[in-house]
Amino acid sequence: MGRKLLLTHDHVEGIQGYAAYRANGGYRSVEKALKKMTPDEVVEEVKKSGLRGRGGAGFPTGMKWSFLAKPEGVPRYLVCNADESEPGTFKDRYLMERIPHILIEGMITSSYALGANTSYIYIRGEYFYVARILENAIAEAYANGWLGKNILGTGYNLDLYVQVGGGAYICGEETALLESLEGKRGNPRIKPPFPAVAGLYGCPTVVNNVETIAAVVPIVNDGGDEYAKIGIGRSTGTKLISASGNINKPGVYEIELGVPVEEFIFSDEYCGGIANGKRMKACVPGGSSVPILPDYLVCKTAAGEDRLMTYESLSDGGFVSGSMLGSGGFIVYDEHQCIVRNTWNFSRFYHHESCGQCSPCREGTGWMERVLHRLEKGEGHMSDIDLLVDVAKKIEGNTICPLGDAAAWPVAAAIRHFRHEFEYHVLHPDKIKDPKHGYREPIMPVKPEPVTA
Amino acid sequence: MAEVIQGTRAFNPSTRAGIQFSEEALKTIEALMKRYPEGKHKSALLPVLHVAQAEADGWLSPEVMDYVAELMKLQPIEVYEVASFYSMYNLKPVGKCVLEVCRTSSCWTRGAEDVVDYIGKKLNIREGETTADGMFTLKTVECLGACGGAPMLQCGAEYHENLTEAKIDSLIERYRAEGRRKCYTDLDYQNTK
Repeated sequence: MGRKLLLTHDHVEGIQGYAAYRANGGYRSVEKALKKMTPDEVVEEVKKSGLRGRGGAGFPTGMKWSFLAKPEGVPRYLVCNADESEPGTFKDRYLMERIPHILIEGMITSSYALGANTSYIYIRGEYFYVARILENAIAEAYANGWLGKNILGTGYNLDLYVQVGGGAYICGEETALLESLEGKRGNPRIKPPFPAVAGLYGCPTVVNNVETIAAVVPIVNDGGDEYAKIGIGRSTGTKLISASGNINKPGVYEIELGVPVEEFIFSDEYCGGIANGKRMKACVPGGSSVPILPDYLVCKTAAGEDRLMTYESLSDGGFVSGSMLGSGGFIVYDEHQCIVRNTWNFSRFYHHESCGQCSPCREGTGWMERVLHRLEKGEGHMSDIDLLVDVAKKIEGNTICPLGDAAAWPVAAAIRHFRHEFEYHVLHPDKIKDPKHGYREPIMPVKPEPVTA
Repeated sequence: MAEVIQGTRAFNPSTRAGIQFSEEALKTIEALMKRYPEGKHKSALLPVLHVAQAEADGWLSPEVMDYVAELMKLQPIEVYEVASFYSMYNLKPVGKCVLEVCRTSSCWTRGAEDVVDYIGKKLNIREGETTADGMFTLKTVECLGACGGAPMLQCGAEYHENLTEAKIDSLIERYRAEGRRKCYTDLDYQNTK
């Protein structure tokens, strides 16, 4: 049983409310930070912890915080990114719904560290009921003196608000989020300037994911060094993994980084194996944007080593034979799922969610969706497969924000590892006409023969 | 005339005839605008549009958007461009209960297509259509962040996960019996896991 830092009190009755949360050690980090530490000391602990952004990019949080510009007389903002929209990811919703006060506490401690006196939690509009839960928690925090003027008599002031979005994946990108928070369309901004210099209302701003902010609580309570003891190498601490797809026990699991992937999928402590006694065909380990892996590369790297749940191990082999930890949106596919149809599903998503600013993404995602749909319907040509690779290459790296890359990678990876299945769709249009064709005739990945000199 | 010279759609009171939000909604809108620094009240536009949609039969007509613009002292175009960007704002009339079925990968692997088919047959509508009595609209949407409870649908503020045919039946029955509009802003939501 691994250590838990965020979901420690998940099963305590009434933990959603202030009384139970406080009785179980809640808000200690605020007391410690505000009364015993300078803001810089809090930043230092976060740096020592090795905490990396939990939203997907994995950028060191302490470093991001230290980039924050601090010009005299200009307000600074902390904005929490609760726009969780990456397909396969639902950990932040779980955390906010179950233990809302850990996010509020993390926001207060982090705002203090950054010198912000007004902070916002931007939550996706679909999570309206979660926003209600957060607003209740905020009201309780105000009522108990953790928010507002002169918190704990230290002279530190903080106001915290929740803003709901309007339904747009792109607002998870931090500059699009800021645009949306300003009441505009969610069009990502050109960087530089980075939000650390010119973010919300042109002021220095830090944008952090829900889980990242929550992790600041145990880091301040127990010290950055203690946090860094968990995990392996540069993957420190615990991570919430959203497990879904064809597994026995879908759900949110807090793992110590470093758990073997095989254990995560097959042990009863986590996913409990593949549902209905089927075989695993593929896995997307970090949300829809990261490369899909065929069964033989999920639990072992190409070099034959055990694959671990860490940033480094999941990306071992680069895009040739690896993937990414990303947001921790872990989707498992069984032998009956059609990879072409799934790739079309993802492409439709990115086409739908492209903001339309950059033509490679706006047009390219549409082309990919249509070509994939054609293949999936049995109306494709052999040349379509390379056409997809070509379009994906032309989107990647040519857009303002990473949505373009996120749309291109799943397509490129699916063709890299499952080319024979795409070819099968071209060669046997009669067999794949039925949308559920995968259920009749499983097409398993083909492991390439090792190249010998 | 003044409005025309500014190059904006005129605030023509006659087109807004009959649009008047409730006192409670107006208070909420005012409070929302105060959450932001002075002069930055435009920030409240997204939450305000949710309130407006709930007040205006579930959709944002040009007249409702003009009304919002006036309330928030914005140009109408600032409201239109935002309302048309985000997927949760309906720019056309919808049924009282919009059944938004998630269609993205995790839900798809666990039968989202069957859910859409089942609801469609049961209500005799296709995706995007509204029942003749104006009670239900069937919609497919992208990932709603409930992949662990796939397949799922959202209706107003409510999340309904691990859908089965029996569960869909009872849900529809309940909505029919309640007979009222479901909004994202509802306070009395009943989620099912």
